[in-house]
Amino acid sequence: MNDVTGMPQTAVVLGGGSEIARAVLVALARHRLRRVVLTGPTAASLEATAAAAAHAGVEAEVVVHDLTDVAGIDALVRQAGDRLGTIDLVLVAAGRLGTARLDELDATTVAALAGANFAGPAAALVAFAKALAAQGGGRLVVLSSAAGYRVRKANFVYGAAKAGLDGLAQGLRDALEGTGVGVTIVRPGFVRSRMTSGMAPAPMASDPEDVAAAVVAGIERRAEVVWVPSTLGPVLFALRLLPSSLWRRLPG
Amino acid sequence: MLSGVDAPQSLLAGWGRAGATRATVSRPRSPDEVAELLRSPGGSGVIPRGLGRAYGDAAQRSGGTVVDCTGLDRVVELDEAAGTVRVEAGCSLEALLRAILPRGYFVPVTPGTRHVSVGGAIAADVHGKNHHRDGSIGAHVRSMVLATPTGVRRLDAGGEDGALLDATTGGMGLTGVVTEATLELIPVETASIVVDTERAVDLDDCMARMVARDADYRYSVAWLDALATGRRLGRAVLTSGDHAPLEALEPGRRERALAYAPRAPIDLGRLPAVRVLAPSLGAALNEAWYRKAPLERTGEVQSLTAFFHPLDGVGAWNRAYGRLGFTQYQFVVPPDAGEVVRRVLEHLTRRRVPSYLAVLKRFGAAGSGHLSFPSPGWTLALDLPLGVPGLAATLDELDELVAAAGGRVYLAKDGRLRPELLAAMYPRLADWRSVRDGVDPHGVLCSDLGARLGLCDDGSGGSRR
Repeated sequence: MNDVTGMPQTAVVLGGGSEIARAVLVALARHRLRRVVLTGPTAASLEATAAAAAHAGVEAEVVVHDLTDVAGIDALVRQAGDRLGTIDLVLVAAGRLGTARLDELDATTVAALAGANFAGPAAALVAFAKALAAQGGGRLVVLSSAAGYRVRKANFVYGAAKAGLDGLAQGLRDALEGTGVGVTIVRPGFVRSRMTSGMAPAPMASDPEDVAAAVVAGIERRAEVVWVPSTLGPVLFALRLLPSSLWRRLPG
Repeated sequence: MLSGVDAPQSLLAGWGRAGATRATVSRPRSPDEVAELLRSPGGSGVIPRGLGRAYGDAAQRSGGTVVDCTGLDRVVELDEAAGTVRVEAGCSLEALLRAILPRGYFVPVTPGTRHVSVGGAIAADVHGKNHHRDGSIGAHVRSMVLATPTGVRRLDAGGEDGALLDATTGGMGLTGVVTEATLELIPVETASIVVDTERAVDLDDCMARMVARDADYRYSVAWLDALATGRRLGRAVLTSGDHAPLEALEPGRRERALAYAPRAPIDLGRLPAVRVLAPSLGAALNEAWYRKAPLERTGEVQSLTAFFHPLDGVGAWNRAYGRLGFTQYQFVVPPDAGEVVRRVLEHLTRRRVPSYLAVLKRFGAAGSGHLSFPSPGWTLALDLPLGVPGLAATLDELDELVAAAGGRVYLAKDGRLRPELLAAMYPRLADWRSVRDGVDPHGVLCSDLGARLGLCDDGSGGSRR
């Protein structure tokens, strides 16, 4: 059960290989998290997270599942429910940055990026939302991105997919009103991780542990949206008002 | 099969207004309907609910059935010769008082609100300002009728089902649904209390005064200014009293000495739940409360409402904490561990967690309930707004202080205790489990609190520790 401070005892992680997901699990383990189901496209991608969870005292079960296999999602939801009993929290951390270079973006690549960052996570999010509503409550934490707030040329396919997921999560949150299921949307800026290795950090960059701390604090205050860092929200709100002629000239 | 029983789905939370979950709500109109609900459960468990005054998640069940007991609200019989009352479990203390006070009787124990049900009071084994003298409510239950998944039992104090009675008293509704109880009452001449009030300048002063004086009074409690720090830490207003004899009233009031008509002049229930309790307002309210109290006053005649249930004067006051709600942290530590009270207050100050209401009391002897909260020593109750950064971790740190001192937290107030500490805080947990397993072998009875703390199985097989 989630406690009244919002802290879960069980969780499902979609995209369990993510370093942010790993940091969130470790942070939640310091509170009440004791059992987790980790999912990702390959067993190898989940090993490090499973080890970190075990080290933090969390019993982790690995389920290999590629979210773009939308036909298999209902089975995954059932399996997670069987393992955990009550699913207190679902963390949607799946996604990959991919490329935004026009010469590399063929139709297949665009569709695959859209699938990995939007279609797959969206299908899973809705499926788990229904399961949580049926069990009478729970929390969905969706890793969106500042990149989806106003899409920019440097990562426009990824950014557009995150914008879609972010919008879906907002609408889903409203649709879940009265069910006991809460939705928290997390919008980190540049996070220093494997996904961004080799890139020069953007201003206001953070580490996965910063994102994790912000997620835990956001759950505690039942936040609808969590910016990481928190000052990024007002900054991007202002930047969103820039005329596009200026926006497209911004570095990065 | 259950014609006449409404079964809508509702989002339910405790008095702290946090952690709401959805359940099917059934409102039985007879004990038979309660028994039927337990025979044919569906979903993830069944738990009784009275007036929803447990602060946390004790009377809700995510995906299960909540038995709303307020349909069983009759005062069946006042036996004036025996000084007892037979009452259905969904009856509120307010309704009970309205029935018995005019005939010269008071409830044996009342918590800080009259809006609790008799069944809820037994399930939480509530205490009041007279605990040091009279114990908790369980000490005054002569008998009860308990509907369990394995049948309906009548339990008599001192009878052969003593273990089930002890598991039910303070058992948080997890051994069955109390449908009626017979309580021993206190005979009174008036509906008034003679009150002595004194101010204490700091915590040491407050505790010393309580140790010195509370044996002289039936009722005694200290309100602490939990926002005061430094040398004023623990400054307090102590109120002590006893039921007023008829001659304590002015002659003109003696004819209506037993009149009882409580009201809530202010009601926040119709207003949006906006957080108005900010630290600055909380500090101002606490300051005003402390300043307005006399340094020392004796023999003041107060109404029962003013003395026992002052917060009931504001309906739905829990909404003043806003969208995020609040929690109450109440613990007890042994008599020689009073220092923990200071350390808790200091720790909250250090972590910048404000408390707008703090009440200190000395408990007397423990009752016989396996999971009953009161035990001899100091109990401090603190209202804390949720959403304060770091609150969850701070409360975990307080748990460690309390557990290390041999203390415990009160389950009726709890919404977040670390489950691993439960067995240490409640050493009779194993006794409780064995009784519960006997009356509920298939684990029908379950609440969110029970699932969270591993008191009942939430279906995954992994919740019991």
